[in-house]
Amino acid sequence: MLLIAENLVLSRGGRTVIDGLSLRLSNGEALLLTGANGAGKTTLLRALAGFLPPAFGEIRIENENDDRELGELCHFVGHLDGIKPHLTAMENLAFWGAYLNGDSSGNGGDRLTRALNKFGLAALADVPAGFLSAGQKRRLALSRLAAAHRPLWLFDEPTALLDAASLTLLIDAVNAHRADGGLVIAATHLPLAFKNAKEVRLGPKEKAA
Amino acid sequence: MSGFFTLVGRDLRLAVRQGGALGTALGFYLVVVAMLPLGLGADLKLLSRIAPGILWIALLLSALLSLGRVFESDYEDGSLDVLTTGPLPLELVTAAKALAHWISTSVPLALLAPVLGILLNLELVAYPALVATMIIGTPAVSFLGAIGAALTLTARRGGLLIALLVLPLYVPTLIFGIAAISAMLGPDDVAPPLLILTAISLGAIVLGPLAAAAALRTQMQ
Repeated sequence: MLLIAENLVLSRGGRTVIDGLSLRLSNGEALLLTGANGAGKTTLLRALAGFLPPAFGEIRIENENDDRELGELCHFVGHLDGIKPHLTAMENLAFWGAYLNGDSSGNGGDRLTRALNKFGLAALADVPAGFLSAGQKRRLALSRLAAAHRPLWLFDEPTALLDAASLTLLIDAVNAHRADGGLVIAATHLPLAFKNAKEVRLGPKEKAA
Repeated sequence: MSGFFTLVGRDLRLAVRQGGALGTALGFYLVVVAMLPLGLGADLKLLSRIAPGILWIALLLSALLSLGRVFESDYEDGSLDVLTTGPLPLELVTAAKALAHWISTSVPLALLAPVLGILLNLELVAYPALVATMIIGTPAVSFLGAIGAALTLTARRGGLLIALLVLPLYVPTLIFGIAAISAMLGPDDVAPPLLILTAISLGAIVLGPLAAAAALRTQMQ
């Protein structure tokens, strides 16, 4: 799969945030978006996820035998976790797994348990998510990545709230995803230890990746 | 399509777990209807004559109370972003949420109406008509209400704005709901108002989610 953005112009509230950015990302590649506050990292991620139509230019996916839209091919993990406090950790994940896979047969139990294990949440499966700490909620949000398969992962500051051990779990998951041919784009302030990641520094002058 | 029912199921489960929204709506309905005889005096003939209208209007107001929450909690905790990346078009997401609102709020309100009818000396023959018109008419309440909920999503104090936007849309439902009840009590034919009421609800089920999805798209950028 190939993700291509050409001459992308994005504006928010009438102000042009990203002006003429081009990107090209293929199987197994990772891209780090860096830049000062307000440089347009989140705006770019939201455009890539399909929430924000570009003012100019286009974002497209070149993918054999798959004509799904961009939004359906990506996992978007933003600042907010999308966790319901009244459901248990497992119920939260089971909903997202079934919803994102478009499958309500309920026979994804193994996959969900593995997803929770992957982010060290197995012991908390039956705890209402309202009782989880901020970092645990973030890990629960990340376990969505393993509950439903999507080739493109979009992260907005994924390291916020995570401790060192959880960060290792995230990096392991990302490495496995890339080894599997997946794409990863992350907006970050801190250096992320993704192997051979490209970097685009957003700001007054955008460079092409 | 299975994602649709997954979403409806989650919303219903949340409604049961949280409980607050339905309790507030039912409590508000009870209080408004209970206060009317106090204000109007214990004229049983008068109360019995205006009972269907009061029960319908109070139901619309009670349903409005809970409409603000239809998209708000999903927007606040980021679920709406993730819902958008699912295989379901946003139009079906809004339809699922409106359907969950109808099941979890509008139907219980309609079922409470006959109990409150006792407080207003509603004629016994009118009870089946009352519940029937409410069950048939309330899909319009939830599905048109979803438009208001989506439009006011990012507005502060959106609750009052929803009332202004949505109550005018409820006028046809109110008129034909009352007309169907009067027809059942009087000599007129019941079918025309009941069929029009059904048509309004069916129209709302189609148009409400489309308009709500369009409103959500503009607000999620």
